[in-house]
Amino acid sequence: MSEHADEHFAGSNKLFTSVWVILVVLTLVEILLAYKTMPIHIMLTILLGLSIVKAALIIAYFMHLKFERLSLILTLVPMLVICICLFSVFFPDGFRSSGLRYKFQESPPVAPAPAEEP
Amino acid sequence: MSTEARAGHFPAIDWNGGAFPYRVGHRKLGMWLFIVSDSLTFSALLMGYAYLRASNNWPTPFPFYPSIVFSSVMTFCLLSSSLTMVFGVSASSRGDKAGARRWILATIFFGAAFVVLHLIEWNHLIGEGLRPFYLPEHWATVFTLSDGTPPTALFGATFFAITGLHMFHVATGIIYLLVVAARVKKINHEDIEISGLYWHFVDLVWMFVFPLIYIMSVDMHGALNH
Repeated sequence: MSEHADEHFAGSNKLFTSVWVILVVLTLVEILLAYKTMPIHIMLTILLGLSIVKAALIIAYFMHLKFERLSLILTLVPMLVICICLFSVFFPDGFRSSGLRYKFQESPPVAPAPAEEP
Repeated sequence: MSTEARAGHFPAIDWNGGAFPYRVGHRKLGMWLFIVSDSLTFSALLMGYAYLRASNNWPTPFPFYPSIVFSSVMTFCLLSSSLTMVFGVSASSRGDKAGARRWILATIFFGAAFVVLHLIEWNHLIGEGLRPFYLPEHWATVFTLSDGTPPTALFGATFFAITGLHMFHVATGIIYLLVVAARVKKINHEDIEISGLYWHFVDLVWMFVFPLIYIMSVDMHGALNH
């Protein structure tokens, strides 16, 4: 492979600028969403969805992965996605442990008074 | 067939270097592998945060000003720094090393602006009384649920750990880019591209930290305004 072919960096500055505009617009949508009343799981889903779109744009265009060899993409991306998804096995336990928590009745518990001297 | 004889069938060139199975150099592949491992570090931290949030009464204390305004401007700085970095790499691929240096310096400027704004934002919260294992007293009062469950003090721990590790990455990236900018004429194009990969990764992580830490913890009803 010649040195020159190595240094080729695909994508024009116009393309990168339009990717940046999309990223800024998606960020503004996120900030607007912060002030909309909605159930937290819907909010989380929308925000994570937007974040994944933004991450994909950054990886594909800014990090240039879209223009790399397919073998590199297949080496890096699927195993990372699977590993991250595997982290979510902990979630059911997070909800379970919140149910196990001590419920405060009146006020937070205080240390018991020392036993009276006989 | 003996091992020695079989070894002879492999073209020697594959084992002498000079072959690029992924069409990238070994340094660039190394940076990609580092990025994969670092994404797992940040995912683990964010998952840990999500776990704690699901299992605790989580305070949502961030006011529009300063927290959300600051973090939004910081997001804008990081996104812009990624754009200037990609312009720098693009200039370097055309052989325009002076242009590459100018764009990298612009990237450093936006990165430094991010760190400065973030430290000011940290300073606001520390001034209010937030510590890794303590909440400010008035937060504890406001966010206690009607059944008496107090908000968790782990808010500070997760906030400072995640944004602190990210800020450390940005600061490291600024030093890295300063070295690249100083040596831009001596190093080859791929090394500049590698520094770009690292910088974009730092930007990418913030794309998850910003909505999950800031947007999800907005004080919507002005509970802390008194």
